[in-house]
Amino acid sequence: MKYVDEFRDPARAEALLRRIRAHATRPVRLMEFCGTHTHAIFRHGLRQLLPPQVTMLSGPGCPVCVTSAADLDRAIALSRIPGVTIATFGDMMRVPGSQGSLQEAKAAGADVRVVYSSLDALDLARKQPDRTVVLLGVGFETTAPTVAAAIVQAAAEGLGNLRLLSLHKLTPPATHAILRSGEVALDGILAPGHVSAIIGAQAWQFVARDYALPCTVTGFEPLDILAGIADLVEQHEAGRAELHNAYPRGVRPQGNPAALELMGRVFAPAPASWRGLGTLPGSGLALREEYRAFDAAPLLAAHGVGTAEAREPAGCRCGDVLRGALAPNRCPLFRRVCTPERPVGPCMVSSEGSCAAYYRYGGDA
Amino acid sequence: MSERILLAHGSGGELSHELIARMFAPAFANPALARMDDSAVLPAPPPGSRLAFTTDGHVVRPLFFPGGDIGRLAVCGTVNDLAVMGASPLYLSAAVVLEEGFPTADLARIVASMAAAAHEAGVEIVTGDTKVVERGSADGCFITTAGVGVIPAGVDLSGANARPGDVVLVSGPVGDHGLAILSQREGLRFEVPLESDVAPLNGLVHTLLEAAPAVHALRDPTRGGLATTLNEIARQSQVEIVVEEASIPVRPAAQALAEMLGLDPLYVANEGKLIAIVAPEAAQAALAAMHAHPLGHEAAIIGQVRDGKPGRVALRTTLGAHRVLDMLAGEQLPRIC
Amino acid sequence: MCLAVPALVVSIDGNEGEVEMAGVRRRVGLQLVPEARVGDYVLVHTGFAINVLDPSEAAESLKLFRELDELNAQDGTSS
Repeated sequence: MKYVDEFRDPARAEALLRRIRAHATRPVRLMEFCGTHTHAIFRHGLRQLLPPQVTMLSGPGCPVCVTSAADLDRAIALSRIPGVTIATFGDMMRVPGSQGSLQEAKAAGADVRVVYSSLDALDLARKQPDRTVVLLGVGFETTAPTVAAAIVQAAAEGLGNLRLLSLHKLTPPATHAILRSGEVALDGILAPGHVSAIIGAQAWQFVARDYALPCTVTGFEPLDILAGIADLVEQHEAGRAELHNAYPRGVRPQGNPAALELMGRVFAPAPASWRGLGTLPGSGLALREEYRAFDAAPLLAAHGVGTAEAREPAGCRCGDVLRGALAPNRCPLFRRVCTPERPVGPCMVSSEGSCAAYYRYGGDA
Repeated sequence: MSERILLAHGSGGELSHELIARMFAPAFANPALARMDDSAVLPAPPPGSRLAFTTDGHVVRPLFFPGGDIGRLAVCGTVNDLAVMGASPLYLSAAVVLEEGFPTADLARIVASMAAAAHEAGVEIVTGDTKVVERGSADGCFITTAGVGVIPAGVDLSGANARPGDVVLVSGPVGDHGLAILSQREGLRFEVPLESDVAPLNGLVHTLLEAAPAVHALRDPTRGGLATTLNEIARQSQVEIVVEEASIPVRPAAQALAEMLGLDPLYVANEGKLIAIVAPEAAQAALAAMHAHPLGHEAAIIGQVRDGKPGRVALRTTLGAHRVLDMLAGEQLPRIC
Repeated sequence: MCLAVPALVVSIDGNEGEVEMAGVRRRVGLQLVPEARVGDYVLVHTGFAINVLDPSEAAESLKLFRELDELNAQDGTSS
């Protein structure tokens, strides 16, 4: 696989590890913001190969994990409305809300379909004109422009039976919230490579400028991740706090203009509720006026579904895990009560949730 | 015959008999079935041998997929469950549940496929049953097969027999079946040069056991994939198994589709592969024997059994780190993250 | 939140195109990469190309990784 195999080369990985070991002269704590980084780090066994001075902390970059219980409940409520077909990315199926998951709703008779692409939701809507297809819009800036493009296409076709429940969120506000709180001591940030492909490497300048932390835009193959970590470790050792781009083949300084334009055309920033971080202003995306006809929210109101505050499951510490304040294996429920088969919270369900990664790949092998 | 299956085809009357006489019996063609008694009467196994007996329900969707269909899957699945116990598979039963309205032509295709697979495996489908349920109660067609085979004296294969020092082999690339099926699922719209690997393995097993009798366990990694099956063996035998990521054969297209969907080929079902746990001194002979057989020409040694943490399976990644290869939890679903 | 894989653009048809990765083909949306041409490699996420990959940057990165040991030696840090 081109652009994949070369970036998994064990010899170059070993060279990068040597560099990291050489420069990690004192403890260094790095946060990988993105859940896909967490997953990749575990999958390739990178944690084990890094020197003990380097601590990797997982952040809130798991769009499924940060979807609040209340939002999940709204999605499930939509699935119960007669005539509604829910189209969702697979990641959301097993996440528990206050009353079960989408998977359980499906077992109980709801029409829930897993889609790989938002375009597949359009396909469902075309094929079933008598049903209302509701796409669950989950994902950060990597996904939001793709959903925007799908909405624009739906509008052009006059597809009247498609709706979107936008649960999209933006990553810089969450990063600000974590860094501002000072709750977790950090020495550097591994910035998400594919979000940055959209918003641009320069979007992360604030980390170095406002928080005096080194920040490196990082890709997802083993060599990319090791290069990102090596760069942060070197910066930390040298007392530098700069923004670097360790994923130049995929990320440009100003990002992807076409994607940003589409995203901005269809969505506007709005407050959003993040599990673990609370409500952050301007951290979510809501449909603009011109596309409001696609909003699924009125369906909830029309069917008398209230916006009751959902409670997080008892004892669930996902919020703390998402802020990097608690390592998954320190959660009292980890493994004893909360497992991938019987998850209490989303961090254990989502394939790139920290807890799932620790459970599946962690443990001293 | 009518174009579509009717409820009456399952009620035991004239239409049922017509279905058996004109579709199943000619296709499966064997003396026991031809007698049309309530049970097939079969010869007793040779003295000193034991019987292996297995059953499976088959509910695959879509019914017809690249490389096979539910009929082939049903026959091969049962043949393989017998084969991995070291049994020579002999006789199968097939109970078919059809949805009212199911196209008769599709049933004919499935039956022909079952007959062909049975012939390939050298087994006979000696008894069966057909029921029809109301439209909407079944997904077109469900097939349950049971099978019986004979294990010769001196052969003792079991997932509980793995010992530290044993070598782990796989008969070929993993992930083809599950990924080929998934690519056809409605909504995924991937074109992949992948086919299900569904095949009867009793010939390969026979060749293997002849060349390397010191095989301790055989298993076919179906649901849950290679990883889950290794976990089952590790637990049964209370040993640790370590496999090398770089040694596990996976076709590039299977790897690519898995990467795109965020799936792991090690957890994807196979229907024409086997895992062999063999004594170390027999490993090379086992490998050579598999290589000489059409269904094993891409066989590889992928790891070994260790005296470590009982029940654990670990993977040494291409970068040289170890990670735990757990049992499959829940279903693998395509992901965006 | 960022599962995107590199694939080759093999054909373009207006807003859509066909991409290929190790023999696997799929139609994807190209709305986000109007500059993409047949023969380019793009990152594919949820059925859309989200960016065009820069081959010279890729080559540069791989070259840099290959030269790391020399760099390590110069820094006096190779182990």
